[in-house]
Amino acid sequence: MADSKAKSGLLLDIRNLRIEATVYPPGEAPKNIVLVHDVSLTLEKGKVLGLIGESGAGKSTIGLSSMGYGRGGVRITGGEVILNGRDILKGGKEGFRKLRGREVCYVAQSAAAAFNPAHRLMDQVVEATLLHGTATRAEAEKRAVGLFRKLSLPNPETIGERFPHQVSGGQLQRVMTAMALCSEPDLIVFDEPTTALDVTTQIDVLAAIKDAIRDTHVAALYITHDLAVVAQVSDEIMVLRHGRLVEWGGTRQIIKEPRQEYTNALVSVHEIEHQEQQPGTTPFLSVKNVTAAYGRSHIKVLKNVSVDIYPGQTLAVVGESGSGKSTLARAITGLLPPEEGTVTFDGRPLANKLADRPKEDLRQLQMIYQMADVAMNPRQTVGTIIGRPLEFYFGIRGRERDKRVADLLDKIEMGKGFIDRYPAELSGGQKQRVCIARSLAAKPKLIICDEVTSALDPLVAHGILELLLELQKEESVAYLFITHDLATVKSIADSIAVMYRGEVVRYGAKSKVLTPPFDAYTDLLLSSVPEMEIGWLEKAIKGRRMASAGN
Amino acid sequence: MLDIKRIPIPALIGIVLTALFVLAAIFAPWIAPHGNGEIVGDVWEPMSATHWLGTDNLGRDLLSRMIYGARITLFIAVLATALSFSLGSILGFAAAVFGGWFDTLLSRLVDLLMSIPTLIMALVVLSVLPTNLVTLILVMGILDSTRVYRLSRAVAVDINVMDYVEAAKLRGENEIWIIFREILPNALSPLVSELGLRFIYAVLFLSTLSFLGLGVQPPDADWGGMVKENKDGIVFGIAAALIPAAAIAALAISVNLVADWVLNRTTSLKGGRG
Repeated sequence: MADSKAKSGLLLDIRNLRIEATVYPPGEAPKNIVLVHDVSLTLEKGKVLGLIGESGAGKSTIGLSSMGYGRGGVRITGGEVILNGRDILKGGKEGFRKLRGREVCYVAQSAAAAFNPAHRLMDQVVEATLLHGTATRAEAEKRAVGLFRKLSLPNPETIGERFPHQVSGGQLQRVMTAMALCSEPDLIVFDEPTTALDVTTQIDVLAAIKDAIRDTHVAALYITHDLAVVAQVSDEIMVLRHGRLVEWGGTRQIIKEPRQEYTNALVSVHEIEHQEQQPGTTPFLSVKNVTAAYGRSHIKVLKNVSVDIYPGQTLAVVGESGSGKSTLARAITGLLPPEEGTVTFDGRPLANKLADRPKEDLRQLQMIYQMADVAMNPRQTVGTIIGRPLEFYFGIRGRERDKRVADLLDKIEMGKGFIDRYPAELSGGQKQRVCIARSLAAKPKLIICDEVTSALDPLVAHGILELLLELQKEESVAYLFITHDLATVKSIADSIAVMYRGEVVRYGAKSKVLTPPFDAYTDLLLSSVPEMEIGWLEKAIKGRRMASAGN
Repeated sequence: MLDIKRIPIPALIGIVLTALFVLAAIFAPWIAPHGNGEIVGDVWEPMSATHWLGTDNLGRDLLSRMIYGARITLFIAVLATALSFSLGSILGFAAAVFGGWFDTLLSRLVDLLMSIPTLIMALVVLSVLPTNLVTLILVMGILDSTRVYRLSRAVAVDINVMDYVEAAKLRGENEIWIIFREILPNALSPLVSELGLRFIYAVLFLSTLSFLGLGVQPPDADWGGMVKENKDGIVFGIAAALIPAAAIAALAISVNLVADWVLNRTTSLKGGRG
């Protein structure tokens, strides 16, 4: 493999890469669309290049091209991919087979979906090494155990005997990294390895990946849409948009002195100024000592939770997955009747069960979901989706209804033309906007927002947050904002409840909650939010007082 | 809206053939050259200018018998399928939405019905009850609805846990809205493909019953019954039995061509406008 180019330190050289796919619009002739427009990049040995951009920017497509792979009918139609001094696109099927899993390895976004649940972890970790015959089983297993230790997995000697469902999500992601490193490749493609994880888990995985890259001198392409994350691990960053190169430079230059407007927008995305409102005298909804469990289980998901929500204000509920945030929402809406405690609304107790609540109470509490795609019936048009609450609660029909729907579409900054569209014809951000309009149509006092921006690209999420704040001013609606993203909390909340294992550990006005001294958990949460600053990761790891619950 | 030029050729063939069968069935007395029971010639006459498809085992005009047979076959099969689908899917959806004891009771009842082979069950019931069209349709429809029930319950259970159904429940919608407006449109694709299949099963089941003498009673005959009447001719090299059999096959194929096309359109999440 060693030839002149490899000696000079250049590992991967992609030149004028063009990637196309054929789309089959119904009723029209199939046509070609270009996904990646003549992108070039180079990567030296042992360096990390971050690929960043929103969905559809072509980051994963470019990343996978380094192993000659096109996902789902995608074709590499132009350019060269030179790895270790040879154009791998000319190697044919046999060449790819020798290359994949040996010279280039891949770490997928969802480790849970990428592991075969029927095989033990160790068998899957050493599989590629054995297939390529670079080591005996004993050697490979020894190497794997060493990698488990390096990635600070618990019980490195025995964790390989477990099945994928027996380890946590963050651990599985690290096992997958070990799997990629096991065959000692020259290049690893990390495809959003921490996007599906909690902030507190993300930091562990990130640190483990960074250490492993440093110690094994492997080069990496790190694909993500989170600029703060990529700033921690990569030497250089490449910003992509619509399959074209926007900007390519050193990490410091990209985050400190972006030269392109788009990069600048990405860098400054989280900053929304939100003046905290003083709590009013009387809350209109108070949750008092609520305890809840699923089924007849003895494990309480909510333990003695009490929070108040004031008219026209936002209460943010923060915590990791499994801390009971969404369960609190389910208890308030009546989907999960609490075992103990009460929910009071406008001075009177709300019925525990959904079925016992009058229509008027249902109208006052609306909900927006995390996944807008599944929160709307795919067979109903936008007009029906937004218009139904109008018909249902107010009996508005016909032309009057259409007019109100148009008004609502206007409010969420979408035109009248969307009224006849189906959800499949909307973008992710538009879908979430329609969900917001649907909940607004009921003219509620409270909207419960369950991780509404988590599934969206940063720029789109930013737009949604601004819209929510704008609507709060106009309609004086209150929000119960469930999230694990503290940056979002800072920009939208008036008061904050921090939840940990079913309990509220810190609760009060935003300024109070976010002012030191912190309790250990709030400190962990706050320090785990990636900051766009080089060296933040090391500082954050050093300063931690407790390990996250997810690990 | 519907542009004829955009209908794919197989679907067009299916539509034309199905339409021909349906038209023949509706206008049978006007189209048929002879009466249904009228003896017009010798036994098993070959095809000729006067009798296009020849005559049957009693010397009746086969073409006329075929046209009248289409009427009975389609009438019973359509009604039985309609019954099995409305019964099966509504109960299946309801079981998925209500859950609990309602679901358990209904599902076990359906299991019980399905544990007895359909044909034997039908034979027993039909030999006890008076044989007329109403009992025939009811028996066929109810027996077939068990299959539809299982399918639609399975589909609806998956849809019932989607966020948009939860959103509708939170809004306070009643079960009728949830079944017909949230679940039904999303369950349509598997149901339509099943419909094409079940309709043909209904035709074949009717034919089987008639063949065994428990279906349509003489002198009326559905296509299956006509196969039975003329089956002895095959030994003598007379094709009269094959003609109704071919008609059944043609109907099966053309209905499924249409069903596949409808399926293509209902699976589109963009309202079929591409």
